[in-house]
Amino acid sequence: MAVAQARRAPSERVDTTARHAGRRRRSGVLFHAIMAPISVLWIAPMVFVIFVAVRSFDDISARGLGALPTSVTVEGFVTAFTDGQIGQALLNSALITVPAVVIALLLASMAAFGLSRYEIPYRRVVLLAMLAGNLLPPQVLIIPVAKMSENIGTYDTLVGVVAIHVGFGLGFYTFVLHGFMRAIPREITEAAIVDGAGPMQVYARVIMPLSRPAIAAIAALATTWIFNDLLWALTVLRTQTKFPATAALLNLQGGYVSQWNVVAAGAITAAIPTAIVFFAFQRHFVSGLLVGSTK
Amino acid sequence: MAVPVVVEAVWVFWPAVNSLWLSLTKWNGAGPPQFVGFRNYTSMASDPVFRQALVNNVIWLVGFGGLSVIGGLALAVALNRPRRLVGLYRSAIYLPMVFSLAVTGLFWRVLYQPDGVVDSVVGGVGLGAFAKQWLADPDTALWAVLVAAVWRQVGYLMVLYLAGLKGCDPTLDDAAAIDGASAWQRFRYVTMPQLRGVNTVVFAVTVIDSLRTFDIVWTMTGGGPYHSTELLSTYMFEQGFTFLNLGYGSALAVVIFLLALGFIITYLVRAARQEVI
Repeated sequence: MAVAQARRAPSERVDTTARHAGRRRRSGVLFHAIMAPISVLWIAPMVFVIFVAVRSFDDISARGLGALPTSVTVEGFVTAFTDGQIGQALLNSALITVPAVVIALLLASMAAFGLSRYEIPYRRVVLLAMLAGNLLPPQVLIIPVAKMSENIGTYDTLVGVVAIHVGFGLGFYTFVLHGFMRAIPREITEAAIVDGAGPMQVYARVIMPLSRPAIAAIAALATTWIFNDLLWALTVLRTQTKFPATAALLNLQGGYVSQWNVVAAGAITAAIPTAIVFFAFQRHFVSGLLVGSTK
Repeated sequence: MAVPVVVEAVWVFWPAVNSLWLSLTKWNGAGPPQFVGFRNYTSMASDPVFRQALVNNVIWLVGFGGLSVIGGLALAVALNRPRRLVGLYRSAIYLPMVFSLAVTGLFWRVLYQPDGVVDSVVGGVGLGAFAKQWLADPDTALWAVLVAAVWRQVGYLMVLYLAGLKGCDPTLDDAAAIDGASAWQRFRYVTMPQLRGVNTVVFAVTVIDSLRTFDIVWTMTGGGPYHSTELLSTYMFEQGFTFLNLGYGSALAVVIFLLALGFIITYLVRAARQEVI
């Protein structure tokens, strides 16, 4: 029996590997035949929006929105920047995003440092409560936040938008950073303390440099979250010149009904900064998405 | 070190408690809120727009959640193993992720316009008769918005699942293949059980995201036409900020919160379990 099996085995093996190779080649063709059209389908909407953006208003009204461009013009972009004030809106977005990310990460890293290195009573409860705060639907906060901002005088100011972004994101950033900092061996910080370092020095000279990868990932994630936000901006801001890009686009759409080249150009312009951040920090961006969602 | 906790308490927990209280009042923003008990909640029962928004939210949850989870998982499985062009395909699919929902909404608004690109494509494949005002027709508007949202979300879920698949043990899959399991059987009985952790997170994230969805609807339709794309979040925003029915708006927000609560707890329990302190 065993001998017979052994004798039969080699020929069978040749047989199956040949069949496998054939199947693999066929499945390879099938794979590309399915994936290539899907990828094209995913890219197509962006390409068509670019087509609309580079056509002139006269061309669109003459030949319809769906036609392919025959010439390229920057008319839409010029109108979006001059009358639509997209430039100002992008500046506002930056003035909100940069301070909000920096302050939120500074506070979150301090909180995470304290919670991960010191015996703070109920720290587990504190940590989960902070995370829970970030999971709340923003809808349950917007009315009181608008009223509070009015009462303390930050309503309709960029400071007000920064404040709510910091407050709302803090819990999540702290939770993720805590997970990372906890994994840093205690021996390292203990050695620093033996060498005479105070808590602030341990934080600034030991923990923060070691947490760089986690901070970079969260910074990439937070930047896109805050830059892309619309709801908080609509909640806190009223004056149109203070609107960030997302909210300004809504206005652009209202003001340039049927001038679709302007709307498309504005939308593309507003998308460029996040696209740059994405390509420059692609690695961090992907790990940012994964932060806190898998093990 | 207490500063961060205080900041979050001021900007998150205090407003949340306030919403609970406001939901029991009638208030237009001026003067003190007037306590009315549970009247806001009882009037929801007879509010047809609320019912429409609730139904739409269920459609949204099933359609947006279901399609993007299935799409994301299928693409992750297809693009898991290194092959030629896999990197290119992956980038194409998660590129829309970098756009804000507001930008995504505007992109698709441009595409959906009458005689726009979508109509041209529909006409190009011989279905010209189906060309219509996608966003102005109450029958199609919600689905039109849903397509745009799924287009963006699939990439995110694909990335989550790719990470989950990376954590799977490839030798188990090979062993099952040698034992003669088909591709589907290997996926169903070998890979899926190993993805249980990711699935829990994806499920909770999807439900919470569905209930939070606001930006894309607001930019594409504003909840119209005739409330056909109204979700609880957009209706809440309208009641609170357009009509200044702050009490009723708060009550709607509390309903959104209660619907999300179970999934928030699921997420927290999982987080707590990993956080072995």
